[in-house]
Formats: sequence, C-alpha cells, structure tokens
Amino acid sequence: MISSIKIPAAPELSYLLRLADTCLISGQRLGEWCGHGPILEEDIALSNMALDLIGQSRALLTLAGQRSGESFDEDQLAFLRDEIDYRNPTLAELPRGDFAFTILRNLVLSTWLKLMWERLRDSSDAELAAIAGKALKEARYHQQHAADWAVRLGDGTDESHRRCEAALAQVWLYIPELFEDDAVDAAATAAGLGPAWSQLQEPWLAEIGEVLGEAKLAVPPAPTFRSSGKRGLHSEHMGYLLAEMQYLQRAYPGGAW
Amino acid sequence: MYTQAMDTLREEGGDKPALRTAEEAQLQQRFDNRIDAGEFIEAKDWMPENYRKTLLRQISQHAHSEIVGMLPEGNWITRAPTLKRKAILLAKVQDEGGHGLYLYAAAETLGTSRDQMLDALHSGKAKYSSIFNYPTLTWADVGAIGWLVDGAAIMNQVPICRCSFAPYARAMVRICREESFHQRQGYDSLLVMMKEGTEAQRAMVQEAVNRWWWPCLMMFGPPDDQSPNSVQGMRWGIKRVSNDTLRQKFVDAAMQQAEVLGVTFPDPDLRWNEATGHWDYGAIDWSEFWRVVGGEGPCNRERLAARVRAWEEGEWVREAALAHARKFDLKEAA
Ligand SMILES: [Fe+2]
Ligand SMILES: [Fe+2]
Repeated sequence: MISSIKIPAAPELSYLLRLADTCLISGQRLGEWCGHGPILEEDIALSNMALDLIGQSRALLTLAGQRSGESFDEDQLAFLRDEIDYRNPTLAELPRGDFAFTILRNLVLSTWLKLMWERLRDSSDAELAAIAGKALKEARYHQQHAADWAVRLGDGTDESHRRCEAALAQVWLYIPELFEDDAVDAAATAAGLGPAWSQLQEPWLAEIGEVLGEAKLAVPPAPTFRSSGKRGLHSEHMGYLLAEMQYLQRAYPGGAW
Repeated sequence: MYTQAMDTLREEGGDKPALRTAEEAQLQQRFDNRIDAGEFIEAKDWMPENYRKTLLRQISQHAHSEIVGMLPEGNWITRAPTLKRKAILLAKVQDEGGHGLYLYAAAETLGTSRDQMLDALHSGKAKYSSIFNYPTLTWADVGAIGWLVDGAAIMNQVPICRCSFAPYARAMVRICREESFHQRQGYDSLLVMMKEGTEAQRAMVQEAVNRWWWPCLMMFGPPDDQSPNSVQGMRWGIKRVSNDTLRQKFVDAAMQQAEVLGVTFPDPDLRWNEATGHWDYGAIDWSEFWRVVGGEGPCNRERLAARVRAWEEGEWVREAALAHARKFDLKEAA
C-alpha cells in the first residue's frame, strides 16, 4: 500500500486543483456510461466527453504539479491524494444516476466550465491560458450536447419530463457551491490567475435559464443546503469513487503501468 | 471469431434453393460469374437469398460482438492505473462502439433494421463472439485482450476487407486499421509491466495470458474438417482463408511476440516444426468452445443481462427523443 502525498496549502494551487478535480471526477463518472448508454450513439458521445474531461484534467494536474513546488506528476496527484485533498465541487462526484441526471449535471457543469475556460484564456499563467484555449472548444460541444438532450427530454414524454424535474431538483442543491467565493478566489483574482467563481454566476444563470425555458423546466428555488467538496469535505459517494479509481496504484507499490 | 456465424450455423446450410423462374436462373448465373471474377456485390445488386441471409447473420453477429465486447474491458475504465491508461482504454472501448455502428449500418443495407438486430441479440437468438463471455479479473486482462483478442480479430478480419459484399468490406478496412492500433496499445501496456514493473505485476501478466490463450485460439472457429459451412462461405467470397490457416498464422505471430514480452503460453506441446516452418500446438478443448457458444461460459448471462438492462433502461430516453422529434415536425409543418 502506498501512502498518500500531502498537498501544500497554497491558495493558487487549490484554485488549479478545484478545476482539475472537477474535470477528473466528472470524467470518471461519465466513463461509467461506457457500454451502458441508452443508444449506441450516446454511449459513444458520453465516452467521448469523458475522454475530453480526462484530457483536460491531465493537463491541469500536470500544471498543478509543476506549480506545487513538490514536482508531483499527474498520476501522483490523481491516485495518491486523500479524499480531503480532492477539491472538486460535490456535484461532480454524485453517482451517475439515470440519463436525465447525467444530462442535467452535464448541462450545469459544461456551461460552468465553458464560462470558466473563456475567462482563463486571459490568465496571467500562459500555460493555463493555453489549456483553456483548447478546452473551450470541447466544453462548447459538451454544452451543446447537454442542452439538446435537456430540451428533448424536458419536452419529450411525461416520463422524461418527470425524470428531468427530479434530476434538476437534485442537481440544484449543489449549485451554490459553484458560485461562492473564499480565500482561494481572492488569491487567484489578485494574481490574475483566473476569475472568482462568483463572476460566473450571472452569465451561467442566463444561459441555463434559456435552455431550461426551452426544455419547459422550471428553475428550482434556491436551496439553503451548502455542499463543500471544493474545501475537501465531500459527500459519502466520494470515498467509494476514489477507492475504485486509486486501488491499483495503492495496491502495487513501485509498479510501472 | 467475432463472426462465428459460418461455424455455429448448423441448421441452415448454404444450399441453393430450387430456382423458380428462368429469369431467376439468369440472375443467379450472373451473380455467380461476378463472384468468380472477384467482383464486389453492392447492396442494391441482386443476390441469392441465402447469400443475403448468411451475410446478415455474419455482419450482425460481428456488430453484436463489438458491442458486447465493450463490456469486459469497460469493466476496468474506472480502475485504470494511470490517467494515460484510462484515456487509452476509454478511447479503445469507444472505438469498439464505433465498429458496432459501422457494422450495423452495413447490415442494414441488407434490409434489416438495427432495432430488429438488437432484438435478436437481446432475446438470445443472435450470437456474438464467445470470447467476450470470459471475465476480466485483473488489469493485465486489458493488455492481454488488446494483444491477443484484438490480435486474433485482426488475423481474421484482414481477409474480410476483400469480402465479396462491398459494404462489409469497406467497414472492415476502417475497423482493421483501428484494431491494429488496439493491439499495439495492449501489447505495449504488457511490455511496460514486464520490463519496468514489479514481480507482482509480471505474475499478473503471466496469469492473464494463461487464461486468455486457449479461448483466443478458439476464436478462429472449429477445425476445417468440422466447419462444413466454410466451403460455401469460400465459394461466395465471404470467407477468404480457412479457420486452421488463420489459427496457425496467429500462433506463429504470437510466439514471437511472447518471447519479446517474456511470457509463456500454457501449452506443453508448443514446439517449432522445422519441416513445416510453423509452431505446432496442442489439442484444443472444443467441448469448452461449444459449451461457451451454447450459453454456459463464465459470463454469458452477465453480458447479455448488461446489454438488456442498458436497452430497457434507455427505453424512456428513446421514446422521449421520438416524441420530441414529432413535436418539432408538427411545429415545422404549422
Ligand atoms: Fe472492434
Ligand atoms: Fe479492438
């Protein structure tokens, strides 16, 4: 068993890890659909998006490793970090659920990521800006795909509408975490690294509102619950996700893959 | 193989049905001449009913194999040991889904819809390659499948690129290119574990190779003297090279690769035959092959159940997509 690495508590590193982990954990969940999709074309599309997200996370984790001052590589960061050092917002780690849940979560996260990548193209960190430039194209496609399906399902049959409503109600509980700032955001904006997450809220709401309107889905009321994955305090699902994802690296010390 | 159609189809031979009219006899003659001249048949061309049936069976079975074949390796996507391997595996399994798509499309040109073919799969009427009824127990199975299963698939599928039915041949050209990529990646992942890995990893690789070797030899189908439909398949240009010839080619290539890798195969009778210039190998347990084809392999039930579950759980999605498309059409018309 390999013991975990420890992550230095630097806010700019946390900023990068929050983004990297959002991509990685979303990709991990989407990858679960591979071979089990409702239509062969969608099976392929979801795997394709998982692949994009894993690719984005690799670029970001590599960058985070370089900026950490500890020269961690992408795999050390992915497979040897404890749950409490994982910084994705909780929404990303929730189980894949039914197709409606996957689509609505994708809609929410891909819209959020798209807005994030747009702004990160102007990052003071040239490498982060380059990653954002490439990822933006992918996120635009993910958003379009999720929006098309949200409309199809929201305005499809009674059952699909009902499933979308239920999925949206669950997703919505985890939305505030995507837009609340803390010291990490303050440090990132001060350094010109990237936007405070709160800056994404307005354009996000506008774009999501438009899609939900077309999908004949009502915007749920704002929740009082606050998730806290980005500060390392996750849901019960995260431990299982990491146990599965990290097991080979942990079980075969010194292995080459 | 991915396409055991010719071998597992025992009830319906490829016998020509009695011809009814002179016109039909003429069409049949023209078809035979074209086949003999090595020409390709397109979907719109006249073809004997048995040719159509045999192809439909073979191509749809091949398509089903690609789709069911996503499951054993898909089993390791969430557990891949590095992000690079996770990406490679995801891309590979996704490719297999793409192969399924091209093949269903090729089969549809013969007049059967994808839904009908899937129905036959889900009800257990249609077969898929028996190799996918074996479990993936360790990470090394992913590499072993790439190396040996994709390797055997390539051996068998390269000749199908010259199949007399053009839509199938065209699909195979594209598929073979990707399969050889899969094989290299699988082999490479085993090579890293064997050359740079730990003792535990080397043992994992050898154990996986031990389990996959014999089932891979069975992928080529029964021996030539027990494969009665092969003759008709050869005659029609659907099958180009015999089961035993392909199997021998596979063994010869695998032996070389195994030596570089530093693994052995679980067959005490494997030895170089100076006279034939080939590797001799031991007797294959065909009772196991027929048992797995007949539904009693280690994972037959799980594999089919996983496909059926995905299909049933996706029903409301497909219905919603149709309902939405109808509403959209109505709006357009208004
Ligand atoms: Fe394939
Ligand atoms: Fe393949």
